[in-house]
Amino acid sequence: METGSPDDTQTTGNEPVWTGLPPRLLTMRRLLLVVWLGLLALALGLLLGLLAGPAWSAFALLPLALMAWGWVLLGRNWASWRYAERADDLLISRGVLWQEETVVPYGRMQLVEVTSGPVERHFRLASVQLHTAAAATDATIPGLDPAEAERLRDRLTELGEARSAGL
Amino acid sequence: MTAPGVDDAVQQKPPPTERRLHPVTPLRRAWAPVAVLIGWAVHDPDQTQRQLARLTTTTLLLALAVLIPAAALYGFLTWWFTHFSVTESELRIRTGLVFRRTAHIRLERIQAVDVTQPLLARVAGVAKLKLDVVGADKKDELAFLGEREARALRAELLARAAGFAPETAHEVGEAPARELLRTPPRDLALSLVLTGATWGTLAAALVVPPLLWLATHSVWSVLATALPLLGAAGASSVGRFVSEYDWTVGESPDGLRIDHGLLDRTHETVPPGRVQTVRIVEPLLWRRRGWVRVELDVAGSSNSVLVPVAPRAVAEAVVARVLPGVVVPPLSALSRPPRRAARCLPLWWRGHGLAVTDAVFAARQGLLRRSLALVPHAKVQSVRLTQGPWERLWRVADVRVDTGANKTVSARLRDAQEAAELLGAQAERSRTGREGARPDRWMV
Repeated sequence: METGSPDDTQTTGNEPVWTGLPPRLLTMRRLLLVVWLGLLALALGLLLGLLAGPAWSAFALLPLALMAWGWVLLGRNWASWRYAERADDLLISRGVLWQEETVVPYGRMQLVEVTSGPVERHFRLASVQLHTAAAATDATIPGLDPAEAERLRDRLTELGEARSAGL
Repeated sequence: MTAPGVDDAVQQKPPPTERRLHPVTPLRRAWAPVAVLIGWAVHDPDQTQRQLARLTTTTLLLALAVLIPAAALYGFLTWWFTHFSVTESELRIRTGLVFRRTAHIRLERIQAVDVTQPLLARVAGVAKLKLDVVGADKKDELAFLGEREARALRAELLARAAGFAPETAHEVGEAPARELLRTPPRDLALSLVLTGATWGTLAAALVVPPLLWLATHSVWSVLATALPLLGAAGASSVGRFVSEYDWTVGESPDGLRIDHGLLDRTHETVPPGRVQTVRIVEPLLWRRRGWVRVELDVAGSSNSVLVPVAPRAVAEAVVARVLPGVVVPPLSALSRPPRRAARCLPLWWRGHGLAVTDAVFAARQGLLRRSLALVPHAKVQSVRLTQGPWERLWRVADVRVDTGANKTVSARLRDAQEAAELLGAQAERSRTGREGARPDRWMV
């Protein structure tokens, strides 16, 4: 699926076209949160209940509260991530409290990396990471659809080659 | 089969002539076992004493008889198996006795060439040559070469990297250098006296050990703290004087030449267009004399000083030669953050400033020790805008510019609207700034 040739996304106005992350990423992160904190709450409740008395097992509510908080946090964080491919550079914007917006000109790209762990693969997700000569450039887009990740990788490499510039 | 011509061409090319390092090199390697023994003795003195007491003359002689030839053999073999050669586009280093290692360094990627001569090497008339490339290892240096050979090799490498035809690269010889600046020893000594770090380490070395003695009465703990402190004090005063003595900055068609050192001499050459960032630093106590220190970042290079101390006008003239077409923006040209930035960074917000010219992104910071960083637009790898919650409350944001030397220059506490515009404009400038840049091979 080709969403556009370079001319297509040409700077028609300076407003970039933002793309968010797929909802599956949020589902995966929330599931992981629920599984791990649920297990922790269960273990804590059982241990305290058996060893110190039933009243102590109320401490198991702590991880549950954390889970509720994390649920909201993950949602907000997920919603804050977005990226845009412009004619000459890639924009990545993220963060709720600490916001960060990164601009990487295609010509500066040294390496484009697509990674996908076992859990991510199960949810059909892949991350794209761009490396420039500066290690401080932290341009990662987590949890993309694998097809989209590959399309982005190919397009970025292609554009990077066309506009290549070294150090 | 499809292209027999290519195959023939590959086969016909004569293999590059391989050379060996200077024959004194094995002596350097012979130090290793001795250093290990000394290290062990210092690490555990009691044990050493006991072991030494047990030694008889025979065992000592026997050990020496084994150890010295072994060390000599090791040194000789590593020297024997280390080769290097210069091809049209690469410097190839082949080394390793058991684990073979081959490094091919592409010449057009050279960021800087260093020829260093430690004191003993000066006595022996040899020198080390190191190519700074992004990702290069400490192992990739050629140590040692004959003094004249090192200079000739440097000239040849630079000529090839510059794009001279391979046949003529031999004869091009050393490019003539024109001296831009030489630091007088008096100024250097005075500048070190006027540096806070010198006195800070000295005071620590004089105050901490007596206090520790009063508290613990333990000779070992006092010694263990006093020695590193004295070492640090010496390194930051005498050590810096010795290494920055006779600092000379020159200009040649091959690029910038930086020579310095009293005991260990270092000659660095930075080809044109390799400088990523220049910083003009002005410590508090130097301000009355109008002195500044100039630092530079080159990708893959360890040296970061361009001028240890010089009057501002001279330093700015040097910067103008290093970054062609760049005028250091005067203090009045820098715009300060808005007043409300004081809520985010009391007092120190006044030290911050930003100026963007056609050629550079210039950001200043520091109130007592002022530092102005200049990044040519063409060297910007990525631009970032960051904003924390407290900064958002006061509608300010930071713009950070990442360079290829792994350094980040920040313009802090700009007005949020201005920062957003700056982000877009800077990305555009860094992209177009590249078009006017010179090619990697600077002579073509």
